[in-house]
Amino acid sequence: MKTEDLVSSLSTAVEPVDLRLPSRRWLVALSGGASIAFLLTAALLKLNPALLHEASEPMFWVRECYCAVLGTLGFVAVVRLARPGSQLGVAPMGIPVTVIATWILAAATLVVASQQNRARLILGHTAGVCPFLIALIATPLLISLLWVMRSLAPTRLRWAGAASGFTAGSIGALVYSLHCPELAAPFFAIWYLLGMLIPTAIGAWLGPRLLRW
Amino acid sequence: MQLIEEQLRGLILQSLAGDAAAYRIFLDELMKHLRSYLRRRLGGLPEELEDLLQELLLAVHNKRHTYDPKQPLTAWVQAIARYKLVDLLRHRSRRDVLTDSLDEDDQVFATTANDAAEAQYDVAKLLLGLPDRQRLPILYVKIEGASVTDTAVRTGMSKSAVKVGIHRGLKALAQRIRRIG
Repeated sequence: MKTEDLVSSLSTAVEPVDLRLPSRRWLVALSGGASIAFLLTAALLKLNPALLHEASEPMFWVRECYCAVLGTLGFVAVVRLARPGSQLGVAPMGIPVTVIATWILAAATLVVASQQNRARLILGHTAGVCPFLIALIATPLLISLLWVMRSLAPTRLRWAGAASGFTAGSIGALVYSLHCPELAAPFFAIWYLLGMLIPTAIGAWLGPRLLRW
Repeated sequence: MQLIEEQLRGLILQSLAGDAAAYRIFLDELMKHLRSYLRRRLGGLPEELEDLLQELLLAVHNKRHTYDPKQPLTAWVQAIARYKLVDLLRHRSRRDVLTDSLDEDDQVFATTANDAAEAQYDVAKLLLGLPDRQRLPILYVKIEGASVTDTAVRTGMSKSAVKVGIHRGLKALAQRIRRIG
């Protein structure tokens, strides 16, 4: 086929294109993925019975903000990586800044704690399962985000996959925290982060395989 | 550059609103820009060039819902073109190795050459069992990556003889591998 003919055939019967389509799809992916993550948490893990009581403690909100901020920053990167030619900007730099800030908080907590308390602050009661459960809870979000990413046009596939995974991991951690009884900064600075990094690695691996167009 | 940006951006916004005439002009202009972009990037290859050009135009068309009116149109097109070009060239060079001159019998090569298990067979040993007119073309073109023309010069065979040799040789190899496997 001659290129001129292709141009004619593409330009006949043009339908209007809704420019808010990507935003709408992202919204569906986020709300749908998060709802399934919540149902998984409530059904498989049970919500923390002390949730209402813990909500009055400042560390509860520090932990929630930690997950929410990382999820938001990751999502900004996801949206930008899905559009050809758009700049990543400075927002993703907030991710390492947030991580380092919680490490500083964790280190300060450990410094002031007594010797025998330190191990408990780091390991809590659930350190062995926490990262894997976060990765599990994040799975529906990872799938929904990659699904939408595929329908758009990422040009850096590994990064697009990794950012989707990180966002899924952070929001997954936020949902998981409704089950998790651990409030110590050293605990979530380590194990929550690891939980977020599992879907990040999976996303980075899947990106070039799933997102090609 | 600024002029191109304003013109194309205006056109695509009208097109996205459903204006077919504007879209026609947009694609026409885009075609010219992309053609000279490809020519600068690739030099000759006139057949490939029109192929790639059509792929790029299709990509822009298929992904037009990802254009954000707040961003420069030229940056958006540039990013699509660069991504698609790299992807196509990478993919194409791989596919060429597999499908050079196999118009008559696609199936044989697709299955033998794609099969990862094939890597386990000692290809060199199997190759030794082939006559020179098949072995050398396969060795030079498929394994060393030389072009058909260079191989023709090196072996003193005609270009079509080289292609036929690869074709029949691969077929024979496939049969032997199947017998082993």
